[in-house]
Amino acid sequence: MKIRTLAATAAIAALALTTSACGGSNNASGSSESSGGGGSITYWASNQGTSLDNDKAVLTPELQKFQDQTGVKVNLEVIGWNDLQTRIQTAVTSGQAPDVVNIGNTWAASLQSTEAFMPFDSSAMDAIGGKDKFVKTALDTGGMPGQDPTSVPLYGLAYGLYYNKAMFADAGLTPPTTWEDMVADAKKLTTGDQHGFALAAGSYTENAHFAFINAAQNGADLFDSDGKPTFTSDGVVDGIKRQLDLMQTDKVVDVANAQYDNGTKAVNDFATGKVAMIINQNNADSSIVANGMKSDQYGVVAFPAPKGGKDVASHVAGINLSIFKNTKNKDAALKFVKFMTSPETQTALDKPFAALPVLNGATANFTDNPEEAKIFSDIYANKSKPLPLVPAEDQFESTVGKAMNQMYATIASGGTVSTDDIRKAMETAQQQVAAAG
Amino acid sequence: MSAATATPTSDKTTKPADRNPRRPRRSGWWLPYALLAPAIIFELVIHVIPMFTGIWMSFLKLTKAFISNWGRAPVIGVKNYQVALDFNGAVGASLLQSFLITCGFTILVVGISWGLGMAAAVALQKKFWGQGFFRTLFLVPYALPMYAGIIAWKFMLQKDTGALNHFLYDNLGISGDKPFWLIGDNAFAAVVIVAIWRLWPFAFLMLMAGLQSIPTDVYEASAVDGAKPFRQWLSITLPMVRPVNMVLVLVMFLWTFNDFNTPFVLFGNAQPPAGDLISFHIYNASFLTWNFGSGAAMSVLLLLFLLLVTGIYLLVLNRRSKRA
Repeated sequence: MKIRTLAATAAIAALALTTSACGGSNNASGSSESSGGGGSITYWASNQGTSLDNDKAVLTPELQKFQDQTGVKVNLEVIGWNDLQTRIQTAVTSGQAPDVVNIGNTWAASLQSTEAFMPFDSSAMDAIGGKDKFVKTALDTGGMPGQDPTSVPLYGLAYGLYYNKAMFADAGLTPPTTWEDMVADAKKLTTGDQHGFALAAGSYTENAHFAFINAAQNGADLFDSDGKPTFTSDGVVDGIKRQLDLMQTDKVVDVANAQYDNGTKAVNDFATGKVAMIINQNNADSSIVANGMKSDQYGVVAFPAPKGGKDVASHVAGINLSIFKNTKNKDAALKFVKFMTSPETQTALDKPFAALPVLNGATANFTDNPEEAKIFSDIYANKSKPLPLVPAEDQFESTVGKAMNQMYATIASGGTVSTDDIRKAMETAQQQVAAAG
Repeated sequence: MSAATATPTSDKTTKPADRNPRRPRRSGWWLPYALLAPAIIFELVIHVIPMFTGIWMSFLKLTKAFISNWGRAPVIGVKNYQVALDFNGAVGASLLQSFLITCGFTILVVGISWGLGMAAAVALQKKFWGQGFFRTLFLVPYALPMYAGIIAWKFMLQKDTGALNHFLYDNLGISGDKPFWLIGDNAFAAVVIVAIWRLWPFAFLMLMAGLQSIPTDVYEASAVDGAKPFRQWLSITLPMVRPVNMVLVLVMFLWTFNDFNTPFVLFGNAQPPAGDLISFHIYNASFLTWNFGSGAAMSVLLLLFLLLVTGIYLLVLNRRSKRA
């Protein structure tokens, strides 16, 4: 009996130990409370380079520099785009969050409404070097207007129309300046296996961006002044139709693109000469170069609007930096944000990540092609419109973007999508957004 | 633990004439409870508490505005259920469509998996050279890590580079355009095929075990009476594996109806409507829109439906087995 009792006690103790150990390790991985030297913070970076490993390799020396300056160790984790939103969501829900995180700037208003992020009030702004150091357009994406932003810009991005110079020269074409020219050029360049265009038609975020840009070219807004969705307006429906028709009626996009669920696949098609044009954000540069295409082999122009349309070529794209409100290392986190948005770090990171500067007075250095740098800077500064800064923005992306995925799928498998079909799908999307609110 | 102390106390009050009212507890009386405690605690922590949390969540307006502090989420009663069951609205309509697709999916997958499993089990019932090899071969899909298996299917089902289209169109020479398998209406066929591939070895394994327990002399006796193999299967095999079948079909039904992994790995974030199985639908409905209350309400509805079906199934089958 004694031995049995002893054994049982030992078993229970062992079980209790294992469970508490599980709990313990969960805590440790979520936030960092250890205090060695100047303490440490956890940083979740998004995937900006050609791979997660590439991001890690680029960021590590910078983080080391930060540690040398401040004594604060940064625990880095690079998270792919497919997982980032879920990871942030889990962090918000559970409170087991990193200290600093990269977010897509289009999520800023949505994430702000969770109240899980630290607002950059005037003292916090002063701590990271003052709000005047940022380009205003970029800083405006940091949160809802009229409130302290919960994120500050880190990398600037903009859409541009990349074209293959050799293919254009062979066909005797000049880069398009209107949508109509662009379609005509694309038709001429669609021969045999080669297509005029590649689109990430299976990526709902990409599709949602184009729904927005095309609608903006038509002068249409996605939300009214009360923050209610207006997806069914003529301008939006017509804009989506225009984009879909690249595959449907113009047939300049390979139907196989309906399965391209991220932008890199389209970029690879461009870099390997399968297509003549892509519309992509400027971070495509790193993938293009990685595929062996040189920066003088392609040109960039602004994504053209149709004749008579508004001159909008992109949304104000980019990556912002947020601090979780429940951080135990607020000072270190602020120091880190200051470091990441300092001119030295920005200059060092903009090149490998092919990003536009978000600081006033900085010049674009992401490409060795000055022409390209000039055009992207111009698009970013003058031809970009911010996505709606409303809490339901993320739901616009998922509902409208996914509806467009389905439309491309219908077209690719031989069906047709009419204006009425689009309006009906937008009606559904609008109801979904309303139901979620 | 409170139960442990309660029992002797009540003993004392109901039987005051006991010869030893303050009977000392036997040494080690607590041992059974101590051994049970971890199981009960884990059952509570892993099973019961999350379930009730889920039910409680379904009555809250748990959107992103409240997610960082659940306590502030307002109670909205049955509103989430109303939205989910309003089949004229966008949310309800898509839930209903997903439900119907899942029903069709479940019937096809369970039916065909059972048929294949039964056929293979019967084929391998008698000893022959190579029996072990086939048994192992048939169990491979079940032994493969699920994720790896489905990813392999995802590659095979690609339009231009996939093995399936290559086989059908390049090798067999079917004319026409290669179809998409993972988007559009074909997605339903794709998810059914992959789910069957994954499930049927389980049916095979269970039925094979069931068939082992049938004594061979029953078959020999029926053969003397002139029964052909099909009659033997119908009159001997089926009734003898009935207890196995009852549990097997129920378990396969529940697994298949709740299948999340297959569509999630196969379709990723962009599920085609034709492959929009209900667990996956609920995940998308709550995670993409950050509306966890609504997702919880849909999950509770799913739970109620499965409870209902399981209850009816067991009632009907148990009654029949009593009559027999």
